[in-house]
Amino acid sequence: MDKDRIDQIIDKYEGKASSLIQVLMDIQEENHWLPREVLKKVSEKLGVSFRQVLRIATMYKTFSLVPQESHETHLCAHGKMSPTDAIKKYKIEKLVERINSASDLEELREGILSKRDSQKPCIAICNGNGCSHRNHGIIKAFEEELRKHSLEAKVEIRATGCHGFCEKGPFVVIYPEEICYVEVTPEDVPEIMSQTLVEKKVIERLVYTDPNTGEKIVRQSEIPYYKDQTLFLLGNNPKINPKSIHDYLAFGGYSALAKALFEMTPEQVLEEIKKANLRGRGGGGFPAGSKWETTRNAPGEVKYVIVNGHEGEPGAFMDRALLTGNPHSVLEGLIIGAYAIGSQQGFIYTRHDTPELLENIHLALSQAEEYGLLGKNILGSGFDFNVEVHLDIGIFVSGESSALMRSIEGKAPEPKPKYVRTSVSGIWDKPSNLNNVETWANVPLIINKGSEWYRSIGTEGSKGTKLLSLFGNVCNTGVVEVPFGTPLKEIVFGLGGGIPNGKKLKAIHFGGAMGGSLPARLIDSPLDFDGLAKLQAQIGAGALMVLDEDTCMVELNKSFLQFLTEESCGKCVPCREGVRQMLNILTDITEGRGKEGDIELLEEIAEVVGEAALCSLGRTSADPLLSMLKYFRDELEAHIKEKRCPALSCKHLKGGVR
Amino acid sequence: MSNILVKIDGRELEAREGMTILEAAKEVGVAIPTLCHYEKLEAYGGCRLCTVEAEVRGRTKLVAACLYPVEKDLVVITRSEKVDKIRKMILELLLAHAPVARELQGLAQEYGADKDRFRKESSFCIHCGLCVRYCAEIKKKEAIGFVDRGTTREISFIPEIASQECVNCKECFPLCPTEALQAAFVLTQALSFPASSFESSE
Repeated sequence: MDKDRIDQIIDKYEGKASSLIQVLMDIQEENHWLPREVLKKVSEKLGVSFRQVLRIATMYKTFSLVPQESHETHLCAHGKMSPTDAIKKYKIEKLVERINSASDLEELREGILSKRDSQKPCIAICNGNGCSHRNHGIIKAFEEELRKHSLEAKVEIRATGCHGFCEKGPFVVIYPEEICYVEVTPEDVPEIMSQTLVEKKVIERLVYTDPNTGEKIVRQSEIPYYKDQTLFLLGNNPKINPKSIHDYLAFGGYSALAKALFEMTPEQVLEEIKKANLRGRGGGGFPAGSKWETTRNAPGEVKYVIVNGHEGEPGAFMDRALLTGNPHSVLEGLIIGAYAIGSQQGFIYTRHDTPELLENIHLALSQAEEYGLLGKNILGSGFDFNVEVHLDIGIFVSGESSALMRSIEGKAPEPKPKYVRTSVSGIWDKPSNLNNVETWANVPLIINKGSEWYRSIGTEGSKGTKLLSLFGNVCNTGVVEVPFGTPLKEIVFGLGGGIPNGKKLKAIHFGGAMGGSLPARLIDSPLDFDGLAKLQAQIGAGALMVLDEDTCMVELNKSFLQFLTEESCGKCVPCREGVRQMLNILTDITEGRGKEGDIELLEEIAEVVGEAALCSLGRTSADPLLSMLKYFRDELEAHIKEKRCPALSCKHLKGGVR
Repeated sequence: MSNILVKIDGRELEAREGMTILEAAKEVGVAIPTLCHYEKLEAYGGCRLCTVEAEVRGRTKLVAACLYPVEKDLVVITRSEKVDKIRKMILELLLAHAPVARELQGLAQEYGADKDRFRKESSFCIHCGLCVRYCAEIKKKEAIGFVDRGTTREISFIPEIASQECVNCKECFPLCPTEALQAAFVLTQALSFPASSFESSE
């Protein structure tokens, strides 16, 4: 790699030591591997020791230290654009001047709304993460067809975020009638144009059919999957273009920020969040208000607020749906939080591997800044606040709060061992308040509608709604939003449509590799932080895996431990060695080498790991195993004593033929 | 500033602000076992062998003594059924890697740890990080570091620096709780086959 090019990359980040990870990422992306000479040069130029550069270069699996011929790059799934390019490309909305007061904001909103013709046809196409590559073809086809019919000026095409019902995607919704087509292909586009947009006819074969009643349902909002959800956070996903701040403003966006800045003191905002009993959606369910208060009251002028958009939990994809599909809702929550806490610098820590997500975040930030909703003197209130984007590049442990903060500092993402909360001493030892994407998105809602209203939704201890990603052996894979208190049965069999291929439900598993499995008999339990924790199945971030009768719980737990052996930092003994040995034992059991005493040994390791590991990843790494021991002990015993896999899944054991 | 009165295994002590349980225990003559601790280095909290029971405001929790700061009315118990169980397990997990290490064997005897409880994967290194941290914090050479992650995390000498610095130093070797066998191996490897040691992290 050209030495000058390395200099250019380093200069782009102003040679800051904290930009080490970003610099290595840029080099990896261009060069597909990190030659040793390049690493040395980076070390010299950034003033970071070669040892630390190596530590980081070997810790993340995105980086390669040997030449990669056809390197499967995690970085650019399809033509990734740099933030600046993205901003240039989508800079469509010209603004005369920035907004300087709450009334200016309302005026702008009215202006946007008055120019919008609610009768103008609009084609909304879901274009969320992971789907945007595929759905790009549909968007292109529509553009082509509009040109052919000379309708470019009369019909709007809107690429939206994820609609949630991924099983039936891609979705095309035609407004104002809200005609909804499912599983659309580019080949369907000419027909949709001529039939639906020109002749106003509904194409029966593309309409959703209710599998229970056989009924054809034309309007999206009347499809049970949508009708039966409570869409406070995701409701606008099908309606707005996430790349357009005007779309967000048209639906009342940033009104909560104006209310907070001009009608409330920071203390009142904090009080409102506390009264609402908003609990962290990232896994722990810790009250967000108390955490904010700790950071607010912690000594020191400089304070940080952070959006945790790491979403490393296997099977979790709801935060991506929200942050990609409606980035301003998260940003608005963050700015309000910063105001309440007294922070002037925020960070969004998110995934590197989802280009659509990054593009939308960068655009949202630049648009908000241009409009005076971010940066200096926000809305003329005198409040200053800036946001930087930092990327995770592929290790699960960096979702842990203190590891995440070290990563923002440009260091290896190892959890901080000290007994000081990050809300008191986090990034660069400054008080740092970290909340997950979904938690932040709840904030504007609470400010707009009030804590009283918010408290009316949910259970005694868990208020509001929860996003869940449904996957596994379930008919409807996708993202759902339901109020706390919803029985799990309604989620799995109602929204989820039950188990495919006529199989029976065996268990549902929450929270990925650090969660827990509930047996089918407990399916009537309500969705609730504390209730499910008591049942040994913490909600976690909200990945809900549905397991049918063919699932071997031992195999499942083995796969979680395998994941953790590769995704932990490896610093402390209980986690690194405990996980290694638990995996060894389960591997033996699934391969017919299980022996008397294995269960007791697993219990003993699990106990020690749970009590003595350094960070929360380690301490919860045995949680899935403990739930298996609680609910599926007989299955484990059959593997050990009878060398039999009741689910007929382990191929080394009796009956394992599948 | 008010006095910080703490009680460790029944022995009372007036501790100073910023002290850890480990330091306070030493002052009253209570020994807490450690593997990754060295006074001249920053506390690391990796081996967790120094786990003790700490009671604060009526709540008992298990904490790493090398890192937990003393606070008012703290009551510490350094040996209990629970603590011993944790230490025994930690030692057994480590003995799978370094079954002949004398320091581990001594501790194993104390806590009744069985060196054959887990299948051997003799890599000799127990990842205490003493060599890595000594070289970085005291010698300021950073000739050795950790590479990789999770269960594949390893120590690795950086050939370019090691060839200059290590031959006449090796001060990190005596700190090693497992007789520096792995360190000697990876150092030799780094010096003899610099390229391979670099790629072994892949």
